[in-house]
Amino acid sequence: MNDIDIAWCPGCGNFPILKTLKRALAELQIKPTDLVLVSGIGQAAKIPHYLKTNVFNGLHGRALPAATAIKAANPALTVIAESGDGDMYGEGGNHFIHTIRRNPNITNIVHNNMVYGLTKGQASPTSQKGFVTPVQVGGVFLEPFNPLAVAIALDASFVARAFAGDIERTAEILKQAIERNGYALVDIFQPCVTFNRINTIQWFKEHTYNLEDHDPSDRQKAFEKATETEKLPLGIFYQSPQKPSFEENVGIYEEKQTPLYERDLDKKELKNLIETYKMRL
Amino acid sequence: MSKELSSHNPESVSIVLCGQAGQGIQTVEYLLTRIFKLAGYNVFATKEYMSRIRGGINSTSIRIGSGPVRAAVSTIDILVPLNKGALRHVEHNISARTVILADKEMIGEDITQGKHKIVDVPFTGTAAEIGDKIYSNVVAVGAIAGIFGVELKMVGKYVEKFFSAKSADIVQKNLAALKKGFEFGVGIKRSSKINLNIVGDAGVEDQVLLNGGEAVALGAIAGGCNFIASYPMSPSTSVLAFLAKNAKTFDIIAEQAEDEIAAINMGLGAWYAGARAMATTSGGGLALMTEGVSLAGIMESPMVIHLAQRPGPATGLPTRTEQGDLELALYAGHGEFPRIIFAPGKIEDAFFLTQRAFNLADKYQVPVFILTDQYFMDSYYNTAAPDLSKAKIEKYVTRTKKDYRRYEFTKSGVSPRGVPGFGTGLIAADSDEHDTEGHITEDLDLRIRMVDKRLHKGELLKKDNIPPELTGAKNYKNLIVCWGSTHNIAEEAVQKLGRKDVALLHFKQVYPLPDQTAGYLQKAEKTIIVENNATAQFAKLIKLRTGIDFDEKILKYNGLSFFVEELAEKLKDVLN
Repeated sequence: MNDIDIAWCPGCGNFPILKTLKRALAELQIKPTDLVLVSGIGQAAKIPHYLKTNVFNGLHGRALPAATAIKAANPALTVIAESGDGDMYGEGGNHFIHTIRRNPNITNIVHNNMVYGLTKGQASPTSQKGFVTPVQVGGVFLEPFNPLAVAIALDASFVARAFAGDIERTAEILKQAIERNGYALVDIFQPCVTFNRINTIQWFKEHTYNLEDHDPSDRQKAFEKATETEKLPLGIFYQSPQKPSFEENVGIYEEKQTPLYERDLDKKELKNLIETYKMRL
Repeated sequence: MSKELSSHNPESVSIVLCGQAGQGIQTVEYLLTRIFKLAGYNVFATKEYMSRIRGGINSTSIRIGSGPVRAAVSTIDILVPLNKGALRHVEHNISARTVILADKEMIGEDITQGKHKIVDVPFTGTAAEIGDKIYSNVVAVGAIAGIFGVELKMVGKYVEKFFSAKSADIVQKNLAALKKGFEFGVGIKRSSKINLNIVGDAGVEDQVLLNGGEAVALGAIAGGCNFIASYPMSPSTSVLAFLAKNAKTFDIIAEQAEDEIAAINMGLGAWYAGARAMATTSGGGLALMTEGVSLAGIMESPMVIHLAQRPGPATGLPTRTEQGDLELALYAGHGEFPRIIFAPGKIEDAFFLTQRAFNLADKYQVPVFILTDQYFMDSYYNTAAPDLSKAKIEKYVTRTKKDYRRYEFTKSGVSPRGVPGFGTGLIAADSDEHDTEGHITEDLDLRIRMVDKRLHKGELLKKDNIPPELTGAKNYKNLIVCWGSTHNIAEEAVQKLGRKDVALLHFKQVYPLPDQTAGYLQKAEKTIIVENNATAQFAKLIKLRTGIDFDEKILKYNGLSFFVEELAEKLKDVLN
């Protein structure tokens, strides 16, 4: 894969995220054949093409439903759904909410640069108020979407925020997110060097700080941290009490763990079922 | 029936029960169809209802026959109105032959009583005496069973079984209601107000009684379906509920998605990981799924979509029927890619076509649609149990090697489909135009090859086309063409005409249009299309593919299915 043409701008925050993800996966010793990277559309959503692994690069905003089903059809796979803020929180906002409720054992990585890149600089759901774009000509007046607060409100299994510039910490968070049983959100702040001249690397450095002495089992505190605006905290905000994942709840993996493709129809049972429609007493 | 009725049609009797939603009309339908089948009669039932949970007026029509009965008729032989206003709801179908079993007091001015054959049966009063007006529906079940001379002991056992989850008191009250009703029925029979000539059929016992929705769902299981994600929408939901109910037995994941977009994207994810997935929806839901259909097109993913049609546009008539979404299924999804569309006409077709849909979706890596509608979904009749030896599951997933390429060019255009974790290869599926490995490309020469590869499958899959079925005269002058759910109605209407120069051509595969189509049409002096929509969508498709116009179009789009008598009349008017 050395000769591939990477479609990102020089200096893009996606590069360090790719590097970090590779590192986390290597450290967890996840085999490429056992991993599926699921993405939607946008610059961030191209990331699966730049790793040697299984890829499901689906529709804009629709990575989470596909990822949920992939994990459910074969729970032995490690499934990561990864896209940008527009894809996951805008186009896919409804799936974001309901995937958290459904709690599949997948990791949801969101590249959050607070702007639309591939469509050339319009506001994203996380753009800050006053952010001027070719469409939001008078500046954004919509309340920015707060993915962490939403996830904590829905009692997500794992909620974290990282900064692309901090490979060390981000890799550590990613590892924990992947290992966590249940839905794990990792929102990663990243600069967009082409379309976001406000939220630059420097800006993120000045406007973020690392959570310390924070108890991620404290939901109230987590919510409080998620709603801070002056300086934005980074780290693991919240971990819910352990609860069954979607795959554990669907009821077909209790007795056997084999993936769906290895299973066959029980024709005898079908014959019995059809027999009941003879409506005998 | 009364003498004049029995001479008119000795072979079948039509019973209509009508009442408010929440009055237990569905229970009546459920019990009577099963009781009649147990008694060895051929039975058909269909219903129409309003889009609300309680109130409004719903009706169920049940036909009992000495021979098979499989289509809706408008004629009412026995009518049981269970609330005030019910008679008005069906008054256009009340004729001189209709015997009305009713609480005379309740129906009051709903009908000019002197003009009609009304037999006073105190359904509500009897039920109230037993303990609650709610039991009036079971009094009606008893009365009908009594008129037909069905064995009370057997009926009692069935009613007991039906209510077995309820308290002993409720079971007893229902049995009391049944017995009372039965006595009324026997009395009516003795008084010769109704004489029946219907005889049992020994073949019925071993047959199954299924509605369209159950046949689709059973067909899905027989096709190896082990994943369904869908969003509830009338009239498609029963398939989701059926699979959910049987999920544990058949290792099926059945999930109610947050919307139809999630539903189809889950389905595609499931196929990607090796499941056999479907979605069930109606027109509005498919409208939301269209981008997902397109994704199946470029990813070359199998997908099975059951589309239970109802009248649109938009919310339209949510609980009514129409064949209005053929063109939606035909063109759903942007871009150019192949697909298959089935449209069952018989219950057994629904089973086998749905079963086959999974095999063909897997074989050609294309979306396959099954088009039904509210009329088909909600209609029951007894038919031979599906022969499972004819329902082989074909799986096309391959174990991959290290050098596996998901979109390898092959002679047929179909690339072997691997799934993640099965073998040593990597599986990349992409919504972008892609190279053979499945990675994004903007190589425009490769683009042409990939388009051609996908479209070539559209030619290849024609090998599995299901030809249309011709019934009636082999040397026909008049050819009637229909598709999907209108089959049984058209077939009975043609039989009713009794002409030696008329044939019926039914399509259960509407796309790709089978090759034989033009040949059949060219042989006819006159061609007539019958469709349950306003714009003759299938006729347009035939014109597009064969250049042939129909001479006559018989279309219905008021939200109801055709009725046998109505269609026979309309055909009579246009036949050469």
